Amino acid sequence: MTTYVDYKTGEPVVDAKAPSGPVNERWDTRRFEAKLVNPANRRKHTVIVVGTGLAGGSAGATLAEQGYHVVQFCYQDSPRRAHSIAAQGGINAAKNYRNDGDSIHRLFYDTVKGGDFRARESNVHRLAQISVEIIDQCVAQGVPFAREYGGLLDTRSFGGVQVSRTFYARGQTGQQLLLGAYQALSRQIAAGNIEMHPRTEMLDLIVVDGRARGIVARDLVTGKIDTYFADAVVLASGGYGNVFYLSTNAMNSNATAIWRAHRRGAYFANPCFTQIHPTCIPRTGDHQSKLTLMSESLRNDGRIWVPKAKGDDRPASKIPEDERDYYLERIYPSFGNLVPRDIASRAAKNVCDEGRGVGPGGQGVYLDFADAIERMGRKAVEAKYGNLFDMYQRITDEDPYEVPMRIYPAVHYTMGGLWVDYDLQTTIPGLFAIGEANFSDHGANRLGASALMQGLADGYFVLPATINDYLARNPHHEAVTAEHPVVQEVLAETEDRLSLLLSVDGDRTPDSFHREVGELMWEFCGMARTDSGLRKALERIPQIREEFWRRIKVPGVGEEFNQSLEKANRVVDYLELAELMCLDALHRGESCGGHFREESQTPDGEAARKDDEFAYAAAWEFTETGAAPVLHKEDLVFEYVHPTQRSYA
Amino acid sequence: MKLTLRVWRQKNADAEGAMSTYEVDGISSDMSFLEMLDTLNEELILRGEDPVAFDHDCREGICGACSLVINGDAHGPERTTTCQLHMRSFKDGDTIDIEPWRASAFPVIKDLVVDRSAFDRIIQAGGYITAPTGAAPEAHASPVPKPDADFAFEHAECIGCGACVAACPNGAAMLFTSAKINHLNVLPQGAPERETRVLDMVAQMDEEGFGGCTLAGECATACPKGIPLMSITGMNKEWLRATRKVKR
Amino acid sequence: MARTVWDSTVGKKTVMAVSGLIMLLYLVAHMIGNLKIYFGAGEFNEYGHWLRTVGEPFMHYEWTLWLIRVVLVVAVVAHATSAYQLSRRDIRARPSKYVHKKPRASYATRTMRWGGIILGLFIVWHILDLTTGTVHPGGFQEGRPYQNVVDTFSTWYGNTIYIVAMLALGLHIRHGFWSAAQTLGAGSRTRDRALKATANVLALLLTAGFIAVPVGVMTGVVS
Repeated sequence: MTTYVDYKTGEPVVDAKAPSGPVNERWDTRRFEAKLVNPANRRKHTVIVVGTGLAGGSAGATLAEQGYHVVQFCYQDSPRRAHSIAAQGGINAAKNYRNDGDSIHRLFYDTVKGGDFRARESNVHRLAQISVEIIDQCVAQGVPFAREYGGLLDTRSFGGVQVSRTFYARGQTGQQLLLGAYQALSRQIAAGNIEMHPRTEMLDLIVVDGRARGIVARDLVTGKIDTYFADAVVLASGGYGNVFYLSTNAMNSNATAIWRAHRRGAYFANPCFTQIHPTCIPRTGDHQSKLTLMSESLRNDGRIWVPKAKGDDRPASKIPEDERDYYLERIYPSFGNLVPRDIASRAAKNVCDEGRGVGPGGQGVYLDFADAIERMGRKAVEAKYGNLFDMYQRITDEDPYEVPMRIYPAVHYTMGGLWVDYDLQTTIPGLFAIGEANFSDHGANRLGASALMQGLADGYFVLPATINDYLARNPHHEAVTAEHPVVQEVLAETEDRLSLLLSVDGDRTPDSFHREVGELMWEFCGMARTDSGLRKALERIPQIREEFWRRIKVPGVGEEFNQSLEKANRVVDYLELAELMCLDALHRGESCGGHFREESQTPDGEAARKDDEFAYAAAWEFTETGAAPVLHKEDLVFEYVHPTQRSYA
Repeated sequence: MKLTLRVWRQKNADAEGAMSTYEVDGISSDMSFLEMLDTLNEELILRGEDPVAFDHDCREGICGACSLVINGDAHGPERTTTCQLHMRSFKDGDTIDIEPWRASAFPVIKDLVVDRSAFDRIIQAGGYITAPTGAAPEAHASPVPKPDADFAFEHAECIGCGACVAACPNGAAMLFTSAKINHLNVLPQGAPERETRVLDMVAQMDEEGFGGCTLAGECATACPKGIPLMSITGMNKEWLRATRKVKR
Repeated sequence: MARTVWDSTVGKKTVMAVSGLIMLLYLVAHMIGNLKIYFGAGEFNEYGHWLRTVGEPFMHYEWTLWLIRVVLVVAVVAHATSAYQLSRRDIRARPSKYVHKKPRASYATRTMRWGGIILGLFIVWHILDLTTGTVHPGGFQEGRPYQNVVDTFSTWYGNTIYIVAMLALGLHIRHGFWSAAQTLGAGSRTRDRALKATANVLALLLTAGFIAVPVGVMTGVVS
């Protein structure tokens, strides 16, 4: 058990794939320069895709359509259940159907700026270009987007931008887009082009001669651990927000695929960049298993406040107007309740830390619609937010028309992930990462309605174009078989890990460890981070890890449907990833986007970015468990969107 | 509050199952039903017993993974998914029966977990629009009248949980199948495959061993997303139209 | 196409719907004919005779009647066979019951299955009683339907069987007519209330119309 806070800095990491030249021509240039695989030869190539969310589902379907033999995995019982399905708001696209001045360049600009200048310009520009094609593709698949009476697609505005470019399907845009991808995937499964393995979880990556050649996966029904081989492996396994235990992620969303790939040599970039969404339903007690998001749109008409006095436990209706603190309106008079996500979340945390939070445990602030109801009438409020109010009432048993809603920030999205080049290839040749699993195009903060855009851009358009180049340049790999010594070794390691989990027979459940590390991360690596707090966490995590391997209790055996074993194995990886997140947060001595270091703020308490020191993506190389990783910096160059400090006061 | 749970326990697909009784204490009315089961499982693990297996994932009512029959009702007494059902719907001292979805097309894997892959195969049979990536025309090339778009959306809301099958006295998958057919067949994009879609999906539905429809209406009552019973009528109409048009 | 229809659950339901509607049409005519019993033996027996001469001279004596009988037999057989096969399938599709019983869960289904069986048995008795006279109480007289009807409904069991069957018929039509409309794709949200109302009215009229005959005999209005 050792604590690490020091690390070595290695060679810089360079994205060698993005062509130079004008940013709007780079994607075309890259596609032209990429080598192609003869259509007749494609079926000889096997590609493994892990995950069936927006990125994985769309990639699997598209690769199969192109003629590749795809072997795809998901831990859910059906590819239709990936957590992309829970995305509510919408998907951005620079269609400019409103003729309101939108353009590819504006979407590019908004995204780089929204990411607080920590994203790669060439990637973001490509994303903006492709956004237009995504809408066409989804409409052709029958995605029932909201439409106007004329039959044309409807759009709405989303946080922080001045155009109306968000396409949506009521509050279920993610569901509808995912079902579109799932149906395309289903068509290819039926055609025999995809070998689908549901209820099968990737547990490790097989790297032979420096190339990703397969995975180790466990059949969650029989418990059988098996190896699968391919010419390239694509990870589309989503983000790692569940490190925090409580998040808006699905219960079984996990970091195992990307963490195991990281351990096998893939660099992990910007792990500390996590997005905390300000409007979630607060937790009600220790039993809480997950958090539910309430659409950001509520902040258009709701007013956020807490009592002025500490420990004021009167019901909201008994607190007179002059004893309420509408703190966002007070601190940010020009943006008021509509400040960006990171600002709103931090402000809520601050008032709760002062002891002025409301509800059980003082972990909540009011989102009050009384003024809106008076101004617009209950009918109008109902028409605009009725479904959200109903959802709130179902979960909390409180009527938001009568008493103000209580909200609190929650972990929602992770901008960090496996480092990838312009081709979405990780530092392991043949291993690609797409969607939330890569360190993405969102920099240090993601704009609303951009996650769906990125997942589908990667899966439908980017990866299928770039993976060709890799497969064409590496055409004749020697076949890898289960007898290969490397395969045997990886398989044995996996089996040993699971056996060990089963054999400890301690006195604590997997959930209890998950909760413990999650609470630690929330406290020290959550909305506001300090040098001392992060050091404390870095000291504590190895202790928890050590205790885990001494006291974990997993009932049953490995060769059966065993949900405790699945859970315990995921917690193993959280306990390592958490450490890297804290180290990354500690090393980045600036505040940017979702990463707020209390030491680095302006005199009026705003995030202070340090471009001269930290204008890079931090890509970490794994060394060994409990030992400091090696930092590789990728310098970010801004030729088109020049960094400025954000201000909302 | 304190509750008595009678839970279906079945070691694996081949084993015989039976109801087992458990007592749980200290349940808060703010807990979701699944959090109540989490509490039971934490206790079972510490006692060295096998925790109760159940499917769950998003816990927001949208992924469709959770699937419990609670006191004889698919997803329990409220019109929602099990994960969105809260313990305030129950009283201190209640006895609650928890069983898996029952249908021969949904064999039990373990305890409360069933195999719903039959649904995937119904979709694979035709529940899609053939639109290979890159071949899409401009999105505004074919406008869709708003009522049609709304109709499509209403049916596309299906989360594939299988409550309709669990509630149906005949173990029929008509509501699930019809929801997808109605969603795709009303859209202009779905027109070229309109007939083959309904014929192939219905044939696959039968192939999987689901029962027939007696219009008992239990499916629509159980559906957490409110897919209407009339959806089945629409599918029947599409099917009859297709049998007339397509020579097989 | 015939194969597609017969092999499919939706197709078999279509067969049931069409055959059911044919029988329903027949029942409406049958009930109207029955009510003539209130106008005396003359008119009723004459109506019985007319049934055999319909379509003459184009049709031979009883040809039309036999044609109707053949259509009805085909309808009954198709209806019953489909129902049997679908029920077998439904029971196979849900082999294990829930431990926690909810009685309402299969109300309509149960009514239809048991109602159908009751009606099937009734039809056999009804034909043996008043068409062939095989099980008729007292002497069955060919060409004297009025007297035969009065004889049947002068026994307690004749009345009981008939009234029970007619109540079952009412329930069967109530769910069956509406179901047939759904199966044939004729239902819609706007039309649903009208369809349900029609089903109720048809069920009520037919049950009342048919039961009026034994009631007439029992009360002595018909004798």
